[in-house]
Amino acid sequence: MTNEAIIQLKDIDVTFHTKGQTVNAVKNVSLTVNRGDIYGVVGYSGAGKSTLVRVINRLQRPTAGTVSVNGQAILNLRPKELRAARTKIGMIFQHFNLMASRTIADNVDYPLKGGSLSRAERKEKVDHLLDLVGLTDKATDYPAQLSGGQKQRVAIARALANDPEILISDEATSALDPKTTSSILELLKRLNQELGLTVVLITHEMEAVKEICNKVAVMDEGAIIERGSLVDIFSQPKEPLTRDFINTATQIDQALVKIYKQADKLDLGDTQQLVQLQYVGDQTDSPLITELYKRYGVVSSILYGNVEILQDTPLGNLIVVMSGEPDKLAAAWDYCQEQGVRITHLKSTNSEVA
Amino acid sequence: MNFFAKYFPNAVTMKSDFIQATGETLYMTLFTAIVAGILGMAIGIGLIVTQPGGILENRAVYNILDKLVNLCRSIPFVILLAVIAPLTRLVVGTAIGTTAAIVPLVIGSAPFYARQIQNALAEVDHGVIEAAESVGSGPIAIIFRVYLKEGLADIIRSSVLTLISLIDLTAMAGAIGGGGLGNLAINVGYSRFESDVTILAMLIILVIVFAIQLIGDLLARRVDHTA
Repeated sequence: MTNEAIIQLKDIDVTFHTKGQTVNAVKNVSLTVNRGDIYGVVGYSGAGKSTLVRVINRLQRPTAGTVSVNGQAILNLRPKELRAARTKIGMIFQHFNLMASRTIADNVDYPLKGGSLSRAERKEKVDHLLDLVGLTDKATDYPAQLSGGQKQRVAIARALANDPEILISDEATSALDPKTTSSILELLKRLNQELGLTVVLITHEMEAVKEICNKVAVMDEGAIIERGSLVDIFSQPKEPLTRDFINTATQIDQALVKIYKQADKLDLGDTQQLVQLQYVGDQTDSPLITELYKRYGVVSSILYGNVEILQDTPLGNLIVVMSGEPDKLAAAWDYCQEQGVRITHLKSTNSEVA
Repeated sequence: MNFFAKYFPNAVTMKSDFIQATGETLYMTLFTAIVAGILGMAIGIGLIVTQPGGILENRAVYNILDKLVNLCRSIPFVILLAVIAPLTRLVVGTAIGTTAAIVPLVIGSAPFYARQIQNALAEVDHGVIEAAESVGSGPIAIIFRVYLKEGLADIIRSSVLTLISLIDLTAMAGAIGGGGLGNLAINVGYSRFESDVTILAMLIILVIVFAIQLIGDLLARRVDHTA
């Protein structure tokens, strides 16, 4: 991955005026996406993430700020220049937005109409694109005959027709079931690797981000509240909202609820502590639990464990009950921290989950 | 022919009148359909693209078109025939006759068709328009390759509706000497108490309407791939 910026949004504001009301959908947001990134923008609905990315191809004109794509100042382009620039920014949508009156092949061919290619060249290109997304046998079908996942594949083929360098995915997997979502995400990842396509992925599901993104920005109420590499965000989230998203994605939330329910029965004394251990990368491999026992006589019983592989980096989560003398426990925790393992002390009551 | 002579005693002697009247009705309908079709289509597209949120949003143009359509649609056709007479004389040289009837027919049906087209095109999914914009399509391409293509089934259905209401209007054109089956039914059949003439004229109009409806439905079903 190079560090060349392909999309630069600077100080973007988007304000809507409707019926005397003013809505600040996007507030002073700057975002840089490098060539080859799969950049995830996560937020609940209404956070302004869709509005923000639509600024990239000027489907939405920002109230203030500058937009640079591939070195071109998008906001200064004349209509004709803008249309040319848009051919290099593909976009896919939650509801696919295919033309019901055209066949699959015709939908993919649509962006090529009126272009410089001959009829035969266009046919060849459409065949190639359909092959790329695995829908060659559906060429003469109509969208109504396809499943949701297939429709999104057609939409991807259409978005790629003019060989864009950027693909914007606006909640493209939100209307699909989990299995289909995975296959679409895999396809995006493959396109990223094989064609060097830069992907901007908007979603409200951290699971989608977790699967393919290398960078993440979390949006709330029109602002980016946290951003960074996927591994950094997952291992050291700072904002409560980010933590929420991650806990949902790693299913720690569900585990905690169960553990808290169980906590009363565990009947933890002064010599026992419920803790969450988090470790990144190589530490996953070291026998931490054994070390704690050998060095400090601290016994850890594992209630929940989970390892995520993010961008080839393992990220582990353990929820354990540690038993030992208070001073030994403190020493054990210091040792963990020395080893680069993050410790979160969980109360054995229900108060933390709400 | 015996059956005909028995039940249509007057009409059977007026074969050439019926042929001429049917010809006049078809002439007025077709000619008006072409002119009003082009005009209504243009205004309908104009309304869709200039409306708030449209691809060529323009409040002033939209308001003018919108008010114009409402104005023309709110004048009863029989009154329009008289009110428009000076304009008719300007355009075709006379305010009486079949060709003269075409001017008020156009003004009476084009705004109706414009609204129908506007409604048909409003059904085209905004997301599809956006997808077309995102691949670099300009307004002309979006109008011809998206709006008119995606809305085709609904356009055909509205055209059928407009065409049938147009035939309805041609029946009134008899009032200014436009001729046609409506004129035959009223001025001959009704005035002379030859009710068989009225009924036959009505039957011929029914056949024309049914034929248009049938062909329209078939065409619409052919181009509709939404299900």
